[in-house]
Amino acid sequence: MKILLKRIEKKDYRGTLEEYLQEGGYEALRKTLEMEPSGVIAEVKRSGLVGRGGAGFPTGLKWELTAKVPDSPKYVVCNADEGEPGTFKDRIIMERDPHLLLEGMMICGYAIGARQGYIYVRGEYTESYRRLEAAIQEARERHLLGEKIQGTDFSFDIYLYKGAGAYVCGEETALLDSLEGKRGEARLRPPYPATSGFRGKPTVVNNVETLSCIPAIILNGGEWYSKIGSEGSPGTKLYCLSGDVRNPGVYELPTDVTLEELVSEYGRGVEGGAKAALTGGISGGLLTPEQFKVTLDYKSMLKAGTGLGSGAIIMLNQRRCMVDVALRCLEFFEHESCGKCAPCREGTKRARELLQKIRRGNGDSASLELLLELQRVMYDTCICGLGQSALNVTKACIERFKGEFEEHLRGRCVVGVCGHD
Amino acid sequence: MTELVKLTIDGYEVEVPAGTTILEAAKKLNIKIPTLCYREGLEPYGACRVCVVEIEGRPRLEPACATPVAPGMKVKTRSARVRRARRMILELLLSNGHQDCTTCEKAEDCELRQLAYELGVREIRFEGERYNYPIDTSSPSIVFDPNRCILCGRCVRTCREVQSVEAIKLTDRGRNTRVMTFFDWGLGNVECTACGQCVLACPTGALRERNDIEEVWKALEDPDKFVVVQTAPAIRAALGEEFNLPPGTSVTGKMAAALRRLGFDRVFDTQFGADLTIVEEAHELIERIQKGGKLPMTTSCSPAWVKYFEHFFPEVLEHMSTCKSPQQMFGAVAKTYYAEKLGIKPEDMVVVSIMPCTAKKFEAKRPEMKASGVYDVDVVLTTREFARMVKEAGIDFASLPEEEFDEPLGISTGAAVIFGVTGGVMEAALRTAYEIVTGKPLEKVEFKQVRGFEGIRTASIDFNGTQVRVAVAHGLANARVLMEEVRDGRSPYHFIEVMACPGGCLGGGGQPIPTDMEIRKKRAACLYSEDERKVVRKSHENPAIKKLYEEYLGRPGSEKAHHLLHTTYTSRGRY
Repeated sequence: MKILLKRIEKKDYRGTLEEYLQEGGYEALRKTLEMEPSGVIAEVKRSGLVGRGGAGFPTGLKWELTAKVPDSPKYVVCNADEGEPGTFKDRIIMERDPHLLLEGMMICGYAIGARQGYIYVRGEYTESYRRLEAAIQEARERHLLGEKIQGTDFSFDIYLYKGAGAYVCGEETALLDSLEGKRGEARLRPPYPATSGFRGKPTVVNNVETLSCIPAIILNGGEWYSKIGSEGSPGTKLYCLSGDVRNPGVYELPTDVTLEELVSEYGRGVEGGAKAALTGGISGGLLTPEQFKVTLDYKSMLKAGTGLGSGAIIMLNQRRCMVDVALRCLEFFEHESCGKCAPCREGTKRARELLQKIRRGNGDSASLELLLELQRVMYDTCICGLGQSALNVTKACIERFKGEFEEHLRGRCVVGVCGHD
Repeated sequence: MTELVKLTIDGYEVEVPAGTTILEAAKKLNIKIPTLCYREGLEPYGACRVCVVEIEGRPRLEPACATPVAPGMKVKTRSARVRRARRMILELLLSNGHQDCTTCEKAEDCELRQLAYELGVREIRFEGERYNYPIDTSSPSIVFDPNRCILCGRCVRTCREVQSVEAIKLTDRGRNTRVMTFFDWGLGNVECTACGQCVLACPTGALRERNDIEEVWKALEDPDKFVVVQTAPAIRAALGEEFNLPPGTSVTGKMAAALRRLGFDRVFDTQFGADLTIVEEAHELIERIQKGGKLPMTTSCSPAWVKYFEHFFPEVLEHMSTCKSPQQMFGAVAKTYYAEKLGIKPEDMVVVSIMPCTAKKFEAKRPEMKASGVYDVDVVLTTREFARMVKEAGIDFASLPEEEFDEPLGISTGAAVIFGVTGGVMEAALRTAYEIVTGKPLEKVEFKQVRGFEGIRTASIDFNGTQVRVAVAHGLANARVLMEEVRDGRSPYHFIEVMACPGGCLGGGGQPIPTDMEIRKKRAACLYSEDERKVVRKSHENPAIKKLYEEYLGRPGSEKAHHLLHTTYTSRGRY
């Protein structure tokens, strides 16, 4: 079942407007423009679609909240900052089927009463930016964007904005600050973007993949979509499989696929035997082989003690040292912390120092306890998801691979990664 | 009417208007939730996370400073989970090397140190890392030590929200985040006005005044120097706080006694300079009004305001009064008129000022401030530095007797006292200008229209049929509003008073810490009552000033007065 990659996987499909139209593109927009905005929102709610960026918030509800705020103008902002390690799904849509995203944004704009949409593109994604730029141009020329689109009363345009390479700007409120030309820092919530987002106005912030699901939902109906995949978080999902797997890549599968199926059938198994899977990039947590029967939907993953996040699965084989893995993940968060809130700015630093010490064989059991306490405090007190989840992997590594950590305290790295035997 | 919200905090019910934060609601129950990045008068920032509380039904702890109350909310402010989080956050901050309290300039005022004590942090379990950033000493007024900075952002937000200067910003990210000037040029090389509001805002020793105490000791111990001291009006209303007296206690007499015991040869008063400023400035205003000079005219006694003007509105500098500030007028008169009387060469006299202000240090070093050929003022100490000197000297301040200033430069009027509060210069100028213009004595000396703490206050005063329109602003963000009108040629006023600091000099960047709204009001009340107690309340009636004109200056605005008491400005622009 392919919804998002349907066209992309066709031979020779390049995603121009011409090709997109030939494949039934913008039919959903046509249909939308004949519907009431509230009907569009109802359809999205019926689909059960939840945000694909990582947090899994119900999309229809987000739109409804924004639509109801008696303030204007309203904005649609597409989060295309795709910065989570191991995540490379949004770029496929942007590079190879950009009109799918544009159509989704237009439908959202119509539904919530916005006239403007912004796509915040990850700075390193030059190709995505180029393709979107061309697609927007095509759409304007065909009067799919602009004033009174296709002779209706709906006016909408889309603008591109290039990020500057900060991971935290993938966090929606930091993204909005950055989009406003400010330093990217997570904002205090409330107010939520639905009431006070871009330029202090009601704003829907949705991920590329989320918005790209919309045209199919409008065309085939919310009920159709709600029956695909897992109950509770239905649909298909783009899974980014990477790490020690034989056949890495982006796979679109219904959300009731199990991790085991994804890894063995699509990824052709793990070279050197699976030790663990990092899920949701490096901010969700990890699963060990006995848990690989879990279905890859938001709810089941939470129940398994981890997160699906952006859908990134990084496989680790038996040759990986879990102390080393925890440290590398931590280094990333320390580097990417925006520096606003004390527990994240200082906590990631302190955790990295502790892990470094353990990795070198200079740790003690108190440092393990301290790391776990730090994880609880950071989860409890950090402003945004970055800090709240920065020590998820560390915690999981300590809890699930306690033996390996204890070996390091005695100066031994069993798998021989850490340089001391 | 605002809707009321009922909630429970630590088991006690409280009812507050909707929109109130948990922090404020808790205050009503006498529960003090600890804070670091929160500061009265600034937008909530929620960055330090020290004020976190537990709210029933919410997955995480929430910052009390930024979380609005909700009906039926159940809040716990001191659960084990909350206390663990707060302690750990402090441990995290302290492990960056914030442990040199014994040698820190701001040890007494440090909120971080106090919080660590109050919240029971008794060990730091993290090894941490010491930063080794260079200390910014480029400003003659303010020192910034990034190594002691906890990145609470209070200085940055004060500079932006209260002063609309934005000389400092947060730069870089994560562990490399720093408070920084434009391209790290240093506070002395950018548009920093040296107002020192950031120093008041800083909860640690990262921002402090430049310490000039040693220079004063050196002068006092030099037998070849004749050392005179002047004290600004706002000092007497605040200095007591440094010695645990309640805010608003008038310590004028004790202050004079303390200065004498430190060994100054003469204990004088900046208020003499203030009266002189009013006489000169009132004449300048009248002349501008009568002869069609540039209007509105703005005051020029707040040096941070002057520097702000030079940076942000250089195209309309001719609107600023050419009068030097009271500090500089005092210094110029001391080293000429008074020095000549004593037969001392100006270079053998040292003028020390005690100021509520960090920008006065900058002002004293302006190259044009050399009426006698040498600097009018040699060393400027803030209220805080002065207090530290008294403590170092072992003087038991609270038990000192009340003493008088020396004559003649210690004689002043009630008009000069109120220079220390926003609207005071305006009121003092009106008292004098009115009598000069109308030739009639004022029935009532108070101009209450220009008093108060509103950010911008305006009034129209009847001068015998002529309406004189005046405006008063305090805090540079408020001044900006008036100045944009001036720049755009649509300002309706004749005369504008601006004080850079909120509340005027009594809330200056060199004043005791803490300085908050409550305390500012008490200091203001102290100054107004001192004005009322003065027999002479109009500057032009100060007998020592009259004598100065008779013996030395001639008349206000004379050539000699211009040479000694007036100045020029520099177009600075932003960078």
